[in-house]
Amino acid sequence: MGDDIVIRVERLGKKYLIGHRADRERYVALRDVVAHGVLRVWRKATDLSRGRPFVDGNTVEEFWALKDVSFAVKRGEVIGIIGRNGAGKSTLLKILSRITGPSEGRVTIHGRVASLLEVGTGFHPELTGRENIYLNGALLGMSRSEIRRKFDEIVGFSEIEKFLDTPVKRYSSGMYLRLAFAVAAHLEPEILIVDEVLAVGDSEFQKKCIGKISSVAGAGRTVLLVSHNLHSISSLCSRGLVLASGQLLLDSTIDQAISAYTTNAAHKTSSTANNVLYVNTKFDRTSDFVTRVEMFGNDLMPKRAVVSSEAIIFRIWIRCREALPHGSVILSVRTPFGGTLAKFETDPRRLQPMNRIGDHFVDCRIHSFPLMPGQYLISVGLAHYGIGLIDWIPDAATIDVYDVDGEPTMSGYPEGPLIIQHQWDMSSLPVSNESLESRPSPRSLVT
Amino acid sequence: MPTSRHVLVLEAGRSERHYWRDIWNYRELFAILAWRDVAVRYKQTVVGIAWALMRPFLFMIVFTLVFGRLAKLSSEGDVPYPIMVFVGLLPWTLFSTIVAEGSNSLVNNANLIGKVYFPRMIVPASTAVAALIEFAINLILLIGLMFWYVFAPSWRIALLPGFLAMAVLASLGPALLITALNVKYRDFRYIIPFIAQLGLYISPVGFSSAVVPENWRFWYSLNPMVGVIDGFRWCVLGGESQIYLPGFLVSIAVVGFFCWLGVSYFRRTERGFADMI
Repeated sequence: MGDDIVIRVERLGKKYLIGHRADRERYVALRDVVAHGVLRVWRKATDLSRGRPFVDGNTVEEFWALKDVSFAVKRGEVIGIIGRNGAGKSTLLKILSRITGPSEGRVTIHGRVASLLEVGTGFHPELTGRENIYLNGALLGMSRSEIRRKFDEIVGFSEIEKFLDTPVKRYSSGMYLRLAFAVAAHLEPEILIVDEVLAVGDSEFQKKCIGKISSVAGAGRTVLLVSHNLHSISSLCSRGLVLASGQLLLDSTIDQAISAYTTNAAHKTSSTANNVLYVNTKFDRTSDFVTRVEMFGNDLMPKRAVVSSEAIIFRIWIRCREALPHGSVILSVRTPFGGTLAKFETDPRRLQPMNRIGDHFVDCRIHSFPLMPGQYLISVGLAHYGIGLIDWIPDAATIDVYDVDGEPTMSGYPEGPLIIQHQWDMSSLPVSNESLESRPSPRSLVT
Repeated sequence: MPTSRHVLVLEAGRSERHYWRDIWNYRELFAILAWRDVAVRYKQTVVGIAWALMRPFLFMIVFTLVFGRLAKLSSEGDVPYPIMVFVGLLPWTLFSTIVAEGSNSLVNNANLIGKVYFPRMIVPASTAVAALIEFAINLILLIGLMFWYVFAPSWRIALLPGFLAMAVLASLGPALLITALNVKYRDFRYIIPFIAQLGLYISPVGFSSAVVPENWRFWYSLNPMVGVIDGFRWCVLGGESQIYLPGFLVSIAVVGFFCWLGVSYFRRTERGFADMI
């Protein structure tokens, strides 16, 4: 206890079982369907009786979301955990906050932990703001007397006094978020675990969150923070852990961690084969549907992450069960918290992707990916052009967008997500001395 | 809440050492979740909590007509038939509400399970509180009914809390088991309404268990609700209402078995809930 270590993680691992289904599993004869159905029920029933986990599919594969991770955290340290999607960040936080148990290894924690994996956990739409403060506070680990003591402060922080006795289902999303964050901000644990909370809300709200977390950190508490917002991570944290494919890649100062991560993300990702953003494993549709979405660079090299302003190709695979000359393929992009940024659709006058029965793909080529670093969600679908949707997969995949040089100040789209190709020019009018005095600023022309 | 110098060790396959103390530490959350379930239940309904009264009251009328008037089954001694039915409906409604709501409770609170830690058992347990509050309201209706029929209970009514505890345990055992299974196998969502419907007729709710042939009563008591309902009738109706002791002991044993099974299965699977829900 003399070295004052509050969290010690030793050889931590977390295993999940994932099922695969043979691709050729499409039955024609009723006999086969019945036989396979009976077999499935039998297998599930034996699993049930043996208390084994329940996995769909013919073959089961072990998947280590976290493997052999060890580190120690001293009291008062503020640690940023960075890594790509699926690197194991959230799994790590879930184990540390006791939501799920480890498959191997050991974690020792000294002190009271509060975890903030989401703002507004447990908010019930039917309950009023006042009632939800108590509910949410209790879920985050505050005692009733503690909430009562801080109640006025929470309400003041959230700026919703007038609507305190209105059910939160009538709140605007902004009010909802402010209230949710106000409760979380008044937690006073010894160890705070925060996941991606900063990814939601407008920039004003994000600033408030960052301010609050830095004041918690300043008060000598231990904070573990996961965020895609490298800017806030670098300004808040002193130490960084980089996770990749469930393993601890680097444990160093935050600046080293960020540069290792960004170079790794921007260069290495182009070589990974895992460029499949979405797969429909069910094959259960009778109409046409999207089977998979892949991502490539301009050179048709597989890509998993995007760098702002580079060329990118989305390849959308479709299976046509019926020929639709007027069918179109749709791709849309949105921010995790907010509306659609863009929506593209093929034009059947130029391209008929669903003209023939069978498997086809269409490529959507974006010459310069126009979004700031951060996380985005893409949706894909098929439609009868101008009539209605045939298949729609909302938020089919999350894509990470990085900076070219990993410059942290640019990350997290603080002032809007769009990159608009533009150029500033300047010229001056030839002016006489008198007019220069009366109008001292040169006129600039913006193109 | 746990205080400053407490040490927590998380390891694979290691069961919680202070499991029950941990639940005690989270009693305030338990109270708030229970309160939430009560507060939310009748929001945006016109008659509100009166729904809780309506169900047993209508069942009482139907059962009295069908079993008492048409089938001419005998009540227990000279107790008015509606009172006998209602005393059976009280624990049955409690049981079916706790089992039905409890079984779905984990799945309904999936958003909490995946995002915060707390001893998972307080979720199904808190639904029992809402059911107990409805029970208390129905108890008032029973008192009204007793005044209407000018029926005075005997000293035995003092033992009612004991039988109430038995009813709650009889419901919590299956509720814990099914809610834990429900996380993995959503089949149980469809089984529950079926059990609740069937159970109403195979339990002695609309009739007295005295009508069951003597040599069947022992086996009949394998249904734990037989013991619970008999117990309720014994202490509220007094006088001629008798408890068939061997059967009652069997019911207690079955209740105990289901509690053990429910708690042990729940504890064994609890840690994986967040991964599967």
